[in-house]
Amino acid sequence: MNTGSRARGGGLARHRAGTRVSALARDTWTVFSRAMRLSLRNPAWVAIGLMQPVLYIVLFGPLLEPLAGRLGSGNAYQLFVPGILVQLGLFGALFVGFALIAEWRAGVVESQRVTPASRTALLLGRVLRDVLVLLVQGTLLILVSLLFGLRAPVAGVVLTLLLVAMLGAALSAVSYALALTLKSEDAFAPLLNAVVFPVLLLSGILLPMSLAPGWLQGVSDVNPFKHIVEGARAFFDGEYTSAAAWWGVGLTVVLVVLGWVFGVRRFRRENG
Amino acid sequence: MIHARGLARTFRKRKQEVQAVTGVDLDVDAGEIVGFLGPNGAGKTTTLRMLTTLLTPSAGTATVAGCDLIADPVGVRRRIGYVSQSGSTAPEARAGEEVVDHARLYGVRTADAVVRGRQLFSDLDLDGLWERQPKDMSGGQRRRLDIAMGLVHDPGLVFLDEPTTGLDPQARANLWGHIRSLREDRGTTVFLTTHYLDEADALCDRILVIDRGAIVAEGTPDQLKSKVGGDVLTVTVADPARAGDAARLVGDLPGAEPAQVDGARVIGRVPAGGPALVDLVRGLDAAGIGIAGVESRRPSLDDVFLGLTGRSLREEGTSPDDAPTPEVVPS
Repeated sequence: MNTGSRARGGGLARHRAGTRVSALARDTWTVFSRAMRLSLRNPAWVAIGLMQPVLYIVLFGPLLEPLAGRLGSGNAYQLFVPGILVQLGLFGALFVGFALIAEWRAGVVESQRVTPASRTALLLGRVLRDVLVLLVQGTLLILVSLLFGLRAPVAGVVLTLLLVAMLGAALSAVSYALALTLKSEDAFAPLLNAVVFPVLLLSGILLPMSLAPGWLQGVSDVNPFKHIVEGARAFFDGEYTSAAAWWGVGLTVVLVVLGWVFGVRRFRRENG
Repeated sequence: MIHARGLARTFRKRKQEVQAVTGVDLDVDAGEIVGFLGPNGAGKTTTLRMLTTLLTPSAGTATVAGCDLIADPVGVRRRIGYVSQSGSTAPEARAGEEVVDHARLYGVRTADAVVRGRQLFSDLDLDGLWERQPKDMSGGQRRRLDIAMGLVHDPGLVFLDEPTTGLDPQARANLWGHIRSLREDRGTTVFLTTHYLDEADALCDRILVIDRGAIVAEGTPDQLKSKVGGDVLTVTVADPARAGDAARLVGDLPGAEPAQVDGARVIGRVPAGGPALVDLVRGLDAAGIGIAGVESRRPSLDDVFLGLTGRSLREEGTSPDDAPTPEVVPS
């Protein structure tokens, strides 16, 4: 070891002049690029995450085609794809916590927390990676759907992708916060399953809830994801200012705020 | 470098309060290598996590590397390095990238981080492993990579938590050399925890002995050993049935304390080992007790620990939750 002793606490480690915002941005970029690099190195998970929604489009979508007329929509995929996109956001984001548990076990989380890096950046960098992965998956999904006959306004598709990105950001923050709290796959998996399946069944992702009997519709009305799915469908139908669109966007914004407060609070707490 | 007063930490576990650390006072000067010695569950890691800002103390104050632990944790983080027990790198990442990213979290520019990381790899015998994935590295290499991670921002104070646990003897000796050169070549202050007595003995200028959440002794390895006083006599008898008789003979030696029996082994303590050994062998011979082995040695840190706490340190597999089981005879 022959680098010699430098001025301690200065030299390389000197905290360069800059606002807290620029430090947050720099740390976020570091965490994001590291996470992105690891995802790209092991693209199997990204591919597996994408497989499921593509299978829905390919294997389930055709079943809806003869029903399209009865469901009040000219194009089965115009009805179906927005739901599958929301589902992608739901599953893709909620399950990211598993990777954090693995990182925690490898000591990565603690070694990052002992640096002066912003705690918010440790969360934000990872969430941004998840959002980018979601956007790529969503775009691929739409391209596949176009081959199967999806026809929808471009603006509506873009707005829906933005909605899914926001939803992903909220749920990925929640997933990381829960993972960091439970620190065990054995506790995390049952919790996710207990939440995800009722939410999925009551969201009208596969079939619109308008087909449901009254009581089931009533139950599904309290599920925010149902309204988000209907908001996405409104976008695909070009009804950008309809009540459904506003509800979908509004609830997504609420979820983003709640998810972020929850996630940031957990990451700022001691004992990561 | 470190000044702590009354540092304590209480955990709440199923409505029960567990006092992991009851009140630790410690001072470490710049340039020292200080060892924190104690059995598993004694509170070593909890204290270390408090000193490295990973855990907020329930009580007490501390200044670490010139910054107040409570008021300025970010200042502390900027000035210290921490090498945890559990590692610091993702198994599927590339070693060099992990080091560079870690440095960037300390505000080091990428170009500087690469230069510094490459230098550390060369210093720590990790040449050629820059692109290697930690999962494909040996335990010793991974531990040295963890140390490189902890040093990448050139901290003046480094915390090492159980640095050689799980390493084979060769890798341990190698790592000791690297830890010594941290101080010799860089002037880094090193604070390490260990439950290996030989490690504390070989490496540390000063040792703090911790047991059940409190420091029970402090001093250089020699000071601690001289507290025990005298030498340790160990006799192994050929027939374990005669061990009791042998113990009586050992206890009857001039100035001896009552001896302890462990199977065929009898362990006693006498003021001067040499003359006592001669007397003892004669006595055993006269009594017709067959001798398989006999030894006189200076007290080890294990004897120190036994003397201080009534328990031996050499017990493995104790989970942190269990209170270590009392054991009378060092094995």
